[in-house]
Amino acid sequence: MSSLNWTTDLLNQLVSENITAEQISLPSTTLWQIESIHWQHYAELAIQQNVRWVAGWAEHVQDRFFINACFEKQGIYVLLRTIVNVAKPELPSQATVYPAANRSERHTQDMFGINFIGHPDNRRWTRHKAWAKHNYPLRKDFPLQGEPEAITPPDIDYPFVKAYGAGVYEIPVGPVHAGIIEPGHFRFQAVGELILNLEERLGYVHKGIEKIAEGRTPESLARLAGRISGDTTVGHCWAACRAMEQAAGVEIPPRAALIRGILAERERVANHLGDMGGICNDVAFVFAQMQFTRLRELWLRTNATIFGHRLLMDRIVPGGVVCDLSEASCALIKEDIILLRKELSEIMPAIDLNSSLEDRLYTAGYLSPEIASAFGTLGYVGLASGQDKDVRRDAPYPPYDQATFKVALEDQGDIASRFWVRYKQINAALKLIAQFIERLVAGDILAEWQTPPPGSESLSMIEGWRGEITAYIRFDADNKIARFYPRDPSILNWPALEKLTLNNIVPDFPVCNKSLNGSYSGNDL
Amino acid sequence: MLQLFKKILTTGIVTEKYKAPKDDELEKLGIQIKRHIDKKFSGSIAIRAIDAGSCNGCELEIHALNNPYYDIERFGIHFVASPRHADVLLVTGPVSRHMQTALLRTYEATPNPKWVVAVGECAACGGEFGVSYASCGAVSNVIPVDMVVAGCPPTPLALMKGLLGLINK
Repeated sequence: MSSLNWTTDLLNQLVSENITAEQISLPSTTLWQIESIHWQHYAELAIQQNVRWVAGWAEHVQDRFFINACFEKQGIYVLLRTIVNVAKPELPSQATVYPAANRSERHTQDMFGINFIGHPDNRRWTRHKAWAKHNYPLRKDFPLQGEPEAITPPDIDYPFVKAYGAGVYEIPVGPVHAGIIEPGHFRFQAVGELILNLEERLGYVHKGIEKIAEGRTPESLARLAGRISGDTTVGHCWAACRAMEQAAGVEIPPRAALIRGILAERERVANHLGDMGGICNDVAFVFAQMQFTRLRELWLRTNATIFGHRLLMDRIVPGGVVCDLSEASCALIKEDIILLRKELSEIMPAIDLNSSLEDRLYTAGYLSPEIASAFGTLGYVGLASGQDKDVRRDAPYPPYDQATFKVALEDQGDIASRFWVRYKQINAALKLIAQFIERLVAGDILAEWQTPPPGSESLSMIEGWRGEITAYIRFDADNKIARFYPRDPSILNWPALEKLTLNNIVPDFPVCNKSLNGSYSGNDL
Repeated sequence: MLQLFKKILTTGIVTEKYKAPKDDELEKLGIQIKRHIDKKFSGSIAIRAIDAGSCNGCELEIHALNNPYYDIERFGIHFVASPRHADVLLVTGPVSRHMQTALLRTYEATPNPKWVVAVGECAACGGEFGVSYASCGAVSNVIPVDMVVAGCPPTPLALMKGLLGLINK
């Protein structure tokens, strides 16, 4: 028998197996605490009910580690927690059940020294050579400055997967790439031009974001969150602020929520315009690249005029926003929407009818719905492979709780699908911006901050332009941050790239990569 | 195909001109840049952009230099794929420790004479990230820097001004 809410079913199942899940109430978050020996079994029960693995992270509290994993189905999120002793930091792995948890557990292993027993691939992930094997940066006794060498040696002995056989060869790419892009390493095994295997090696832009977040004030944390991934400055800043606001019991004014919505949708449009041009450019269709970069530039200039920053950094602050919208600004935004619609109505048919583009983008970089689901892929990557997820609809937060829009969905799973999902999302975003302007009520844009009691914690979900962003916050005394964990959608999307490039040719890798466009910085933290 | 040609024709050339009412500063700057480049590098400089740990914000604005409004190549400034072809290294980010060797090697691979431009707050002073177990902070902590373009991120116009400042040195 299944009830409407999956959590009831799962709780019943836990009870029937004599597993105690202590239910702890947190602001806007359901927290279940279980014993560490049941960690993996919980995952097995959850996956049977098609519950999605969302995020995983740990925290060092005195002589214990809190280990967290977040799960979702039907827009209902559950935070699962277990506690292990620092003296014996081990628990069964969930990555054996959920491939999505794989890299996250490796990150936790590197940063805390927690051993996930039975992990299918426990090679180091975030750690290169900046700190020693038995040092763990996110333990409280690890000093912020660490003990780095004058020159950190290159990570030359990472045990990559090897392929052998006649005609098989290896192509190492990066960390410094040929274009103007972020650094990371890709290791290809190929025969002729055919890709047999691709292995990603990320972590090059690890900047210690989780460590330097500790001890910050809410304002300072918002600034840091706005720099987790520069293209998602609105998304991450909003997620962090929302988590802090929930923890502190601060309600933002309705006007601030609407302006945040406008900022987030403008960020979505700007990035999708850039990506659509980029995808076409990677198959040498320069017409589209020129048109889309032109439209993106116009869009960013409006951002600068209205909000005072082209990429909209630091517009969202704890308690609200810092930029109000005048009547004239609203009129300008509306004009902008009309203009963009007209431009796209001329450009898109020219692209749609182009047979060269069709040849390169259709069927290329195919990601099956099964793999997309196993990795928990998000945003346009998941949507293009039939993963019908959108936080704005599934677990709506203001101002989306009163908005109507259609979630773009495709099922072909190829680069073309990921291209068209972006286009549909632009259209939906333009409608949303218009709705938010219509609904713009008079009033404050910033609520007064209240210092939360020590230990207050919360989890927030925001639909960024790449998909669901998750942010976890725990406060210390005196309004200081004890723990901040941001989960960029890229963390779940990156592994899908290793799969969708298989059986493509090496020269198609750039367009495959662009169609996914993961954030390196958001992944490496 | 007809629709494509029609769009190209109706779009026209959007590249901003010297006497254009908006952003005339841009063209002025560009022309000055060109004069200086002519003197030192026979009319062209090749730039290698390196992200040494940035959040990707700076890269977005460096990208914008190539959009049809700025079209920086018309001034003889172009981006190259290899440091061996470069005159200028445009470095962004606080230098993450994991990128330190890669940056040093890229610097060594660039032939003399070479200039290093540190782009953005993080590259200039470490920004939000500073120096830590994971970050070396400012680019100048790792390689010699000739010029800093501040801003978080610097606008495309600021980047153009920065390049001019460098060439004026």
